Amino acid sequence: MNQPAAKKISTARRIILPVAVSLLLVGIWQITCLTEIFPHYMLPTPADVFASLQEEFATGRLLNDIVASMWRITVGFILSAILAIPVGLWLGNHLMMRVAFSPMLNFFRFLSPLAWIPFAILWFHIGDKPAIFLIFLATFFPLVISTMSAVANIPSIYYRVAKDYNYKGRELLTKVTLPAVLPQIITGLRVSYGIAWVVIVAAEMVGCQDGLGYGIWDARNGLRLDTAVSYMIVIGTLGVLVDRLLAQLTKMPNVKWGYER
Amino acid sequence: MSANLTNIALTLTNVSHSYGDVHVLNNLDLTVKQGELVVLVGPSGCGKTTLLNVLSGFIKPVSGTVKHHGVIRTVYQQDGLFPWLTVAENIGMGLREVKNETQRKKELDELFELIHLKGFENHYPHELSGGMKQRVEIARALAGHSDILLMDEPFSALDYQTRLRMRTELIRLLKERNRTVVFVTHDIEEAAQLADRVLVLSNRPAHISKELVIDAPKPRESTNPAVINAMDQVLKQLGLHVNAGTGF
Repeated sequence: MNQPAAKKISTARRIILPVAVSLLLVGIWQITCLTEIFPHYMLPTPADVFASLQEEFATGRLLNDIVASMWRITVGFILSAILAIPVGLWLGNHLMMRVAFSPMLNFFRFLSPLAWIPFAILWFHIGDKPAIFLIFLATFFPLVISTMSAVANIPSIYYRVAKDYNYKGRELLTKVTLPAVLPQIITGLRVSYGIAWVVIVAAEMVGCQDGLGYGIWDARNGLRLDTAVSYMIVIGTLGVLVDRLLAQLTKMPNVKWGYER
Repeated sequence: MSANLTNIALTLTNVSHSYGDVHVLNNLDLTVKQGELVVLVGPSGCGKTTLLNVLSGFIKPVSGTVKHHGVIRTVYQQDGLFPWLTVAENIGMGLREVKNETQRKKELDELFELIHLKGFENHYPHELSGGMKQRVEIARALAGHSDILLMDEPFSALDYQTRLRMRTELIRLLKERNRTVVFVTHDIEEAAQLADRVLVLSNRPAHISKELVIDAPKPRESTNPAVINAMDQVLKQLGLHVNAGTGF
């Protein structure tokens, strides 16, 4: 099907279809449990997971874990964005620096945050800090690289026009360069925000006593796979919901052009 | 003599330019009078765009001098508008030096009236048709205190009928707001309909191989004898005349 046809799908169907797929998945899960291919301790049933979800919610632990994880992700992610976007803008504008730094940036991008765990503990001990550090590391490099290449690929015509109309220095940055890459920066933010959620489980394995990632870790140690799965569901759902919020940024009138061609 | 000099908008003297070993412009001399519409035509890849870049100051030529009086602005073939700004904000770029808010508003209103796009102020460029976008580009270049317009194949991305309409539009706009124009095109009919003077460029390295003054009143129909005669001469010069042989 082509693009215009895709746009004709009604709002009702846009809700019903994904819900149906989710129900189908739960159905397959339920049937797999009923066939008893796996022993019960290896695969909890949907009912077990639902019960554990209710339990964790009732004791208030789930809410506490959500707040703890959201806090770490938000701080790590915002720190990373505040540093990565200016660095990316600067590198994108200076070819020589880009040539110098690109291999190094890529090098660090390929290092899993897990590799940094020993240093996270040694440098930041326990509490929120090591987790924030790991989230920062995981999101910083992709964000620098995406901002940098967006700036490097701004069509030169915009700079010629800017010269004709006397945009110079700071104004050139804020009124030409930045708006020209804003759509790609928003995409970069969405991607790295996803990475932050992926990393949270590993980041909270060390030095934390709460959080959704720690919850999974703790459940594993207690062989409570029902709890682990309920935390997985919460992580996935929160990730999707926050991404829906970030997706709203793409509807701002001054960035829409970047997604429509 | 000095009175004459003030009537000159643009002068190129002995301008040569090359990219490495590729000689693009060869000892070019060009004088454009104020209010004149000069059209440059030439074989593709002959250095028309380089010449415009030299005129606008975007490229400094290897040798020779470029002099101009007044503010120069360029109208591009496409994508010259900032897509993150509304139509009104794009045209407003041309009014940046107008600090008085009421004055700015009045100027903008007049420009929208002029290009018949009232009601599209808050649209974004990607929501407009190709012809509308080019009208906005021209309005932006005409806004405020510009003196010289460089037009780099401004209509060549448009369909034929829109292109014909845009030629008439341009003549009308320039009657309202007189500017010196250097217009680059590969469309010989367009050149003959618009130009006060057509300059035919040679193959690379480009020099002016023919100069043709057309003084028929404008707007001109494409069937106007003066237009047909001019087209005929330009085609001959470019070696594209039917009787000139295939040349292949």
